[in-house]
Amino acid sequence: MATHEHDHDHDHDHGSELSEMQLRVRALETVLTEKGYVDPAALDAIVETYETKIGPRNGARVVAKAWTDPAFKQALLDDASKAIGTLGRVGDHLIAVENTPQQHNIVVCTLCSCYPWEMLGLPPVWYKAAPYRSRAVKDPRGVLADLGVTLPKETGIRVWDSTAETRFLVLPMRPAGTEGWSEEQLAAIVTRDSMIGTGLPQAQP
Amino acid sequence: MPQECGEPVFREPWEAQAFAMALALHARGLFTWPEWAATLSDEIKRAQAAGDPDTGETYYRHWLNALERLVAEKGVASAETLTRYQEAWDHAADRTPHGAPIELRPDDFK
Repeated sequence: MATHEHDHDHDHDHGSELSEMQLRVRALETVLTEKGYVDPAALDAIVETYETKIGPRNGARVVAKAWTDPAFKQALLDDASKAIGTLGRVGDHLIAVENTPQQHNIVVCTLCSCYPWEMLGLPPVWYKAAPYRSRAVKDPRGVLADLGVTLPKETGIRVWDSTAETRFLVLPMRPAGTEGWSEEQLAAIVTRDSMIGTGLPQAQP
Repeated sequence: MPQECGEPVFREPWEAQAFAMALALHARGLFTWPEWAATLSDEIKRAQAAGDPDTGETYYRHWLNALERLVAEKGVASAETLTRYQEAWDHAADRTPHGAPIELRPDDFK
């Protein structure tokens, strides 16, 4: 037992420790709860929803539907929030941008990390990191190459900078070899990264 | 894609709690998303200026800074109030046997 090596404060030997961040979060939550601004049970529900229920699958289903239903695709490109609303889903302040042989789209938030949470779940760590946020604008082709995505020279790259009021969902190109696939099969190959524009969906045999 | 798999959504429970509080306060109308984005990006800039590598690992620290700042600016809880509650939670932790749930009691406040 190494307990007595920490004898600078005898209380701590038998007590518990909370980190600075834990203390700050608990303090804030207690104050907000006492003042009626938050309900701890509702906070747990939010966390559970984002950890388990909302994820890139919501966006993937939207993309798969757009690939198989031309009218829905047009509606999505015209007004993404409205089109997604017709599926009974929420996608606030959302604009869908379509990849074509002429133009590939890539999404970034240079200021912080605005992100279409309802469609893609929570952003990956690299999306929130400074290297991606700054480099995606200056050198999108280099960023894509680092991620293993090589585009034909003739394909232009457009970078969309998200804000609190506008978020973007990339509509990737449907890969060859997926003719006759069901929406479910298609949704399964739509990756999160392909909807950020940093990946491409691959048809797997 | 290596980043597709095995990436934790939240690295520690406090990050999830901080995330949820911001969503709950926004839903309640305490601040708008533009206000939130402006405050968060300002906190990120400050942290960068102070030497934070800004690699995404410290993201929820900036998030909590922004949250505490907005809560103070909106007159919900001052920095002094938050400090008083933090000290109370620290006291509660000290007197709680290791492994037992830590709960706040009125006598934790000095």
